[in-house]
Amino acid sequence: MPSATGLPQRRELTTKPRFSDKVFRGIVTTGGLSSLLLLGLIFAFLAYQGFSILKMEKFSFITGSQWQVVLNDSGAIDKANTAFGIAPMLVGTILCAIIALVVAVPVSVLAALFLTFYAPPALKRFLVAIIDLMAAFPSILFGLWGFFILMPSAEYWAKLLHKYFGWFPAFKMEVPIFTRSPFVAGVVLAIMVIPIVTSISREVFAQTPLDRVQAAYALGASRWSMIRAVVLPYGRSGVVGGAMLGLGRAMGETVAVYTVLNIVYQVNWHVLVGAGGSVASMILLKFGEAGAQEVKALMAAGLVLFLLTLIVNSIANAIVAKSGGKGR
Amino acid sequence: MVNPEEGEKDMSTVTPSSLSSVASASGKVRTPGTTALGVGLEARGIHAWFGQKHVLNDISLDFWSGTVTALIGPSGCGKSTFIRTLNRMHEFIPGAAMAGQVLLDGKDIYESGTDVTKIRLKVGMVFQKPNPFPSMTIAENVLAGLKLAQLKVENKDDLLEECLERAGLWSEVKDRLSAYGGSLSGGQQQRLCIARSLAVRPQVLLMDEPCSALDPGSTLRIEETISQLSSSMTIIIVTHNMQQAARVSDYTAFFLSDGGPGSMVEVGPTGEIFSRPKDKRTENYVTGRFG
Ligand SMILES: Nc1ncnc2c1ncn2[C@@H]1O[C@H](COP(=O)(O)OP(=O)(O)O)[C@@H](O)[C@H]1O
Ligand SMILES: [Mg+2]
Repeated sequence: MPSATGLPQRRELTTKPRFSDKVFRGIVTTGGLSSLLLLGLIFAFLAYQGFSILKMEKFSFITGSQWQVVLNDSGAIDKANTAFGIAPMLVGTILCAIIALVVAVPVSVLAALFLTFYAPPALKRFLVAIIDLMAAFPSILFGLWGFFILMPSAEYWAKLLHKYFGWFPAFKMEVPIFTRSPFVAGVVLAIMVIPIVTSISREVFAQTPLDRVQAAYALGASRWSMIRAVVLPYGRSGVVGGAMLGLGRAMGETVAVYTVLNIVYQVNWHVLVGAGGSVASMILLKFGEAGAQEVKALMAAGLVLFLLTLIVNSIANAIVAKSGGKGR
Repeated sequence: MVNPEEGEKDMSTVTPSSLSSVASASGKVRTPGTTALGVGLEARGIHAWFGQKHVLNDISLDFWSGTVTALIGPSGCGKSTFIRTLNRMHEFIPGAAMAGQVLLDGKDIYESGTDVTKIRLKVGMVFQKPNPFPSMTIAENVLAGLKLAQLKVENKDDLLEECLERAGLWSEVKDRLSAYGGSLSGGQQQRLCIARSLAVRPQVLLMDEPCSALDPGSTLRIEETISQLSSSMTIIIVTHNMQQAARVSDYTAFFLSDGGPGSMVEVGPTGEIFSRPKDKRTENYVTGRFG
């Protein structure tokens, strides 16, 4: 039947799926939705548990620096004197994660380029095996290693950074305590994140379309200029994706940070000073001897960490989407 | 496919200008491989292997400066492999090996201590599938070679216009030089790739089936481009299209593989290869009886 414009009505395009297709579709849909469901359940659990605390503290939960539980004589919680604020922990988590990425991403990209374009095959196989093993290493081992081996030398590097870049606000030193600082924790995290970012970057780099690589070589490119003109633009969004996975691990890492970081309830932006925070590590620190109310507060902290990770990931995705596509 | 009469008629109407001028200058049509006068590129006893597989057997062929040489032959006879030995792109494939010499200005490009990147600047290449850099604009694509090889030029805008003009693309893109290379049609992309190889001013241009993925209109444009370029450089083109070989080339070499490594059956002026081939196999191929 012709519509008002004189053009025929657009037809509905349908197809009858085959039975096997329906079954398969059901299976993959279940798989896809179950991970979403799991995430939703965790979120709901944290929100339910932490709600009363968030309601009590409101914004001061993320802006306050006090964490104390005061009970009155009858054993109930003394609302006037009890305070739950995780600002130092949030700042610490963000600082450590930033340090981790600043160290890890350049190292990983270089390592991935070396493995993809420069390493002799035998060395490449060996290094790839090592890196994959590193990705699966228990994090407490990184923590112990960081505490006993890295800390002394990191102290030396921290002093150098302070000496030459002390003008940079984050490298200021008010109290000369160089151990157990966010810097040390960030470096430990970087070492944990490097395998992840390296192996993802390596995979994207290796997928660079051969015809573009050849086009560059045929124009007289050296290997390095080929990499700059073809491989890096192609791999950029993949590297960002890898860095996001790494960031996720860095922000959520608990035990390794707990081992090397001095957790202090005071916001500290000076990364070289031995006082920092971490939401995840704080939860670990407090959980063992927490009373009912404090556990709820810890759940609320978990919820905030969850949301922070979500926000950071969405921002990164938006950046990739905006700049991406071009190099592909 | 072309039948002999038609092929000949085609030849008489589209005789490449350079061929006729050379013919009148020397009194007779020169055959490649005689004297080295004006030779752009010389292949001497080229063999090629992929791992254990011997794919090219003893190819010797001279390419004259200012002429177009077409390489024809059935699929898998080693045309691409041969052309890739001429700018050292062959060794790019793992396990690839070669023997023989390729002389550019009388100097072996495989001599130890040669800077491969310099060779590839002098011997440019256009691939079968258009492969502009998608992260670069049209202008950046054309000038990519300068950046990749770290060359300096006085006036980039002039070079840009000149190369796009020579590739027959200027009028179509001059108003959108900052659009991305991937936004062009296939035929335009291929001409962009030609412009890109011209920007580094190669002496020799290798083209491996440059029109096989293109529509007839774009093919025609590229053939015109080839004819214009041929006066100033050495062009070697692989093609599956007999008419195209007849239209654009001065010389034609016929390659064939009988299951073993590919070898060259015959080479000569294009007119002769298409009208009076010496070898029966060449005749069968150009008349479309096989391949
Ligand atoms: N990368 C490669 N690895 C192994 N064998 C190859 C490779 N490329 C081509 N060959 C083989 O080399 C022979 C010649 O191939 P090619 O030069 O591409 O032929 P043509 O271009 O004439 O169609 C074929 O037998 C092909 O299978
Ligand atoms: Mg081929």
